[in-house]
Amino acid sequence: MNWALRKSLWVYHVNTGACNNCDIEVLELLTPKYDIERFGMILVGTPRHADVLAVTGACTRQAQPKLQEVYRQTPKPCVVMAIGSCAGAQGIFTEAYHMGAGVDTAIRAVDPNAIIAYVPGCPPKPEAMIAAAVKAMELIKTL
Amino acid sequence: MGVFTIIATYIAAAIGTLVIGLAFKWFDRKVTAMVQWRKGPPWYQPVADVLKLLYKETLLPSTARRTGFLFAPAVGLAATALAAAILWSALLRPESGFVGDIIVIVYLLMLPPIMTIFGAIASGSPHAAVGASREMKLILSYELPLILALLVGVIHSGWSLQPWRSAAGVTPLYSISGVIAMLVAIVAMQAKLGQVPFDAAEAECEIMSGVYVEYSGTPLAIIYLGRAMLLAVMPLLLITVLWGGLVATPLGIAAFIGKYVLLVVLVTLIRNTNPRLRIDQAMKFFWMGVAPLGIAAVVLAVLGANWAIKWL
Repeated sequence: MNWALRKSLWVYHVNTGACNNCDIEVLELLTPKYDIERFGMILVGTPRHADVLAVTGACTRQAQPKLQEVYRQTPKPCVVMAIGSCAGAQGIFTEAYHMGAGVDTAIRAVDPNAIIAYVPGCPPKPEAMIAAAVKAMELIKTL
Repeated sequence: MGVFTIIATYIAAAIGTLVIGLAFKWFDRKVTAMVQWRKGPPWYQPVADVLKLLYKETLLPSTARRTGFLFAPAVGLAATALAAAILWSALLRPESGFVGDIIVIVYLLMLPPIMTIFGAIASGSPHAAVGASREMKLILSYELPLILALLVGVIHSGWSLQPWRSAAGVTPLYSISGVIAMLVAIVAMQAKLGQVPFDAAEAECEIMSGVYVEYSGTPLAIIYLGRAMLLAVMPLLLITVLWGGLVATPLGIAAFIGKYVLLVVLVTLIRNTNPRLRIDQAMKFFWMGVAPLGIAAVVLAVLGANWAIKWL
């Protein structure tokens, strides 16, 4: 069964206050050059269909409860990919007045055992995201 | 035919159609990838998708009517499987006992979209409600043209409600009314399958997969299977009624497979080369454009049948 999950990761893209740069790079994954459908990954329209939450943005105070709600709405097991420096550690916005707890902290508050993959970069290259997806697949093997 | 034979036929046809449907689902995605100059998913992709969905958690929205929400996809799947069983037994053994007529098939193929609406409304989500209202309008638009197109096949077979029985030697497609009916039927098939120009009901970027927004886990797997089966059943219906069915010779079987694949490729290509229509545009398209064409085809077929003009 892990095999099926590894071979068919459906991605839902959550923007928690990103500058749009990471979002563009996420869309890049669908283009002919990178084509993540090779690995069975597709973008889906609702978190209830998703296995991977591709989170971009620094997780502002406004976005934090929504991100947690989206995580609750995602059927488990699921993987969270924190894409970009902002999603990883709030990047240049650390200690800004409008910041929430950060993507990983917000999600760990809901589920302490959440699987979180960090993809650093501003924005990260599509290759880095694919590498993260492959690492997530390796992690799923051990579930 | 004993009860046991009927049940065995039903199960065999359901499983066979399921396998064909999943294969077509992969074929559809692979052709899409080729159109977009991508590599596309591996051949086992639909199987992996279904297995994964079966094994994932099933979430129930707090606003949902649980029974209706969970039963609707199963009823839709069962209806599609029954339609598939009738069509396959009509194709493979056209002279055997009662296999149901065209009215039963039209009725059974109405059920999956209606069950989609039912499940969407039972989920209690506003996105699903928008999707359900669009699906309803879409049914009102495409069902009449589809029935008109099938009626052409019925007229060509000498007003038989089981056109595959008396269709030996008569292929409705090889006439003017038949060609028009086929075009109408292909467009209606596209809408019935919920493929791109007519996918306003699920519109994933706009209303978050619309009618399916609240489904996850096993019910979503059942929906996936039902849609895969419908993808196998609709071309089968068109071939059976309008395009000569299956002739049990090596050449006939090859021709049948060719027609089958051709229709699925058509569905894929239409889906890849068209933008999504707004629901009012889709209704206008069907009521002002496709339905009159269907009526014209029926009139031509009646005239042809009356005066024994074969090419009409």
